[in-house]
Amino acid sequence: MSGQSSRREFLLATGGAAVGIGLASMIMVEPARATPAAMQEAIRKVVGSARINPGRVKLDLPPLSENGNTVPLTVSAESPMTAADHVKALHVFNEKNPQPDVASFRLGPRAGRASVSTRIRLADTQTVVAICEMSDGSFWSTSANVVVTLAACLEEA
Amino acid sequence: MASALINVPPRAKRGEIIEIKTLISHPMETGYRRTQLGGAIPRDIIRTFVCTYNGTEIFRAELHPAIAANPFIAFSTVATESGTLAFQWTGDRGFSETESVAITVD
Repeated sequence: MSGQSSRREFLLATGGAAVGIGLASMIMVEPARATPAAMQEAIRKVVGSARINPGRVKLDLPPLSENGNTVPLTVSAESPMTAADHVKALHVFNEKNPQPDVASFRLGPRAGRASVSTRIRLADTQTVVAICEMSDGSFWSTSANVVVTLAACLEEA
Repeated sequence: MASALINVPPRAKRGEIIEIKTLISHPMETGYRRTQLGGAIPRDIIRTFVCTYNGTEIFRAELHPAIAANPFIAFSTVATESGTLAFQWTGDRGFSETESVAITVD
C-alpha cells in the first residue's frame, strides 16, 4: 500500500516537474519580439491621435546588412529649419526587435539641417520606420526594409 | 571608464552649418541576452544624450537598447558664436559622462 502510494507520488512529482521544464523551455525558446502591432502602438504613443502623412522624411539604411549588431542609419527631413518652421523631433521605430523603440532625436531651429546619423541593432530582416515631428504639429513618416544576415540581440555572452 | 571621441570643426564661419560627430565607448547591454548558464544579463544602456551650445540645449537624443554598442551620434548645428559645446551622456547604473569642446566662430 505504502509502496503504491509512493510510486504514485513519484509519478505525480516527476510529471509535474516535466510539465514545469516544458513550460520553462517554451518560455526560454520563445524570444521576446515586438510585432508590427506593437510598433504601431509605440508610434501612437509618440504621435497621439495626429494624422501621419507619408513623405518629407528620408531614412537611409543599407538594403542588406551582414551584421545586425551595427547597422548605419541616417534619418533626415526636408525643412527650412527656421524658428517658424522647423523639425522638432525625429523618431525611429522597428518591427521585430524585442522593443519597438529605437531612438528619438529632439532638434530645434538651431540644428540648421534636420539630419541625424547613428548605428542601430536589428534582430531580424524587417521594416524600420522613421517619423518626423514638425513645429506646426504635423507628422510625416517613411519606412525602409533591411535584410539582416546575422541577427543582433540573440547571442550568448 | 568610458571615453568619448568628439569631432567638431575648431573654426567656423558665422551662420555656417557644422557637423558634430560623437562616439562613446559603452557596451549598451540590451537586457535581453543571457549567459551560457542561462542567467539574464541586466540592462545597462545610455538613456539620454544632450548637447548644449554655450549653455543652450541644441540637441537631445533618447536612446533604447536597439542602439548599437559604442553609440555613435552625428548631428548638425549652426555656428552662432565662439564658445563651448558641452556633451553629456547619462544612463543606467548611474552612468554619466561629460565632455566639452571649444569652437571659434569668426
